[in-house]
Amino acid sequence: MAEAQSQSAHMLTARDLGLVACTQCTRVWPGGTERCARCGAPLVSRDSSSLSRVWAWWTVGLICYIPANLYPMLKTTLLAKTSGDTIVGGAVALAMHGSFGVALVILIASVAIPVGKFAAVAYLALSVKHRWKTDHLKRTQLYEVVEFIGRWSMIDVFVVAVLSALVQLSVVVSINPGPAAINFALSVIFTMFSARSFDSRLIWDSLEPPTDDKVPPT
Amino acid sequence: MITNAPHAIDPEELIACPSCDALYRVTVPENGERAVCARCHSVLIAPMEGAILRIVALALTILILLITSLFLPFLRIEANGLSNATSIFGAAMSFSQSHMVFLSFAVMSLIIFVPIARAMLLIYVLTPLILGRRPLPASRPAFRFTERLRPWSMAEVFVLGVGVALVKVADLARVQLGVAFWLFAVLVVVTILQDQSMCRWSIWHILDTRDADPDGVRPEPSGQPGSSSEAPAHG
Repeated sequence: MAEAQSQSAHMLTARDLGLVACTQCTRVWPGGTERCARCGAPLVSRDSSSLSRVWAWWTVGLICYIPANLYPMLKTTLLAKTSGDTIVGGAVALAMHGSFGVALVILIASVAIPVGKFAAVAYLALSVKHRWKTDHLKRTQLYEVVEFIGRWSMIDVFVVAVLSALVQLSVVVSINPGPAAINFALSVIFTMFSARSFDSRLIWDSLEPPTDDKVPPT
Repeated sequence: MITNAPHAIDPEELIACPSCDALYRVTVPENGERAVCARCHSVLIAPMEGAILRIVALALTILILLITSLFLPFLRIEANGLSNATSIFGAAMSFSQSHMVFLSFAVMSLIIFVPIARAMLLIYVLTPLILGRRPLPASRPAFRFTERLRPWSMAEVFVLGVGVALVKVADLARVQLGVAFWLFAVLVVVTILQDQSMCRWSIWHILDTRDADPDGVRPEPSGQPGSSSEAPAHG
């Protein structure tokens, strides 16, 4: 029974039986089928170009993330004096005002999540490349968390959008988006592409191939 | 529960875990229960009583909330006798003044276009299934597309962003929340409810059975997906 098997034991996979599974609709087809006849998605048993696409998007994402932190996200013009706030600078300013909760939301969404995501995706890609045998279940769950949480980094872009549309009080105070906003948005989008390029089935491939008694001869 | 797949049976009776490729013979769980991959714990099948009807109803709600919120006041601030208001559209367009037109378009898409497109496609694909009809043309690519759009539908992320922005503004000016703000707050709840009702496998399965059905008019009890009587195989 499936329930009785330990997580590290090898289980029969579609590939073991020479089948190819559709990751979009879970239908199984004979090996070599190129397109899923149920949902139309292209079929591959394991996406061999997955890792190079992961790294490509990961790299451009990281390249965009650096200026996103160095340049101001917001330009505040208060009585004809303009000042710029970077992501971290803005969070620090909020904390100084006593809004610790909101400062924490910004720091988590704009710093902790993106940095954690770069690290997690790199770790997953390396673990698959070198066929590490570290806890497969934990890695799958890490991947699910990365996929789920990535979009929440967009918060800061939306904060900038709302602030710059709202705070336009002629000469008294106005807020406008800074150059970091576009870099930050691109970084979030590229890392989402990076995570989505990853074929999570590769995580489980480092398990031992099934022994003879598990796959009965045809 | 789902059982590990035996060798050499009809592929139609099999389901492969999309996140780890483990193979199982399909056994549809009871409504409200979930079939979970034994080794990676991904949810494979999670049928629910009246799920399709519920998804369509929620999609309609999302559509109405989104479209009306575009035309209603969103936020307004006042300070020192000066005031300024913005719509949701205005918030997205705030980047266009700063040579970031691309970003305006991206924000517009993430909070308005993608959620609207997703809701409309779901209504298109699922309404015939409730009515006991054959699926409309191109239902399959349309449904696959709605699933691909899912992570890019960011209305709920936007709401949290608005909350943070309001805290920042609170020092500078007095804020008035418009109707559109509250519509968006409701939208978050509706979106979460809709995502919880979605069982991909059940919908693909019902699309398959309807297309195979020559009359295409066999009545189905209240749009219930993948009921156990239709299970292609047991144990």
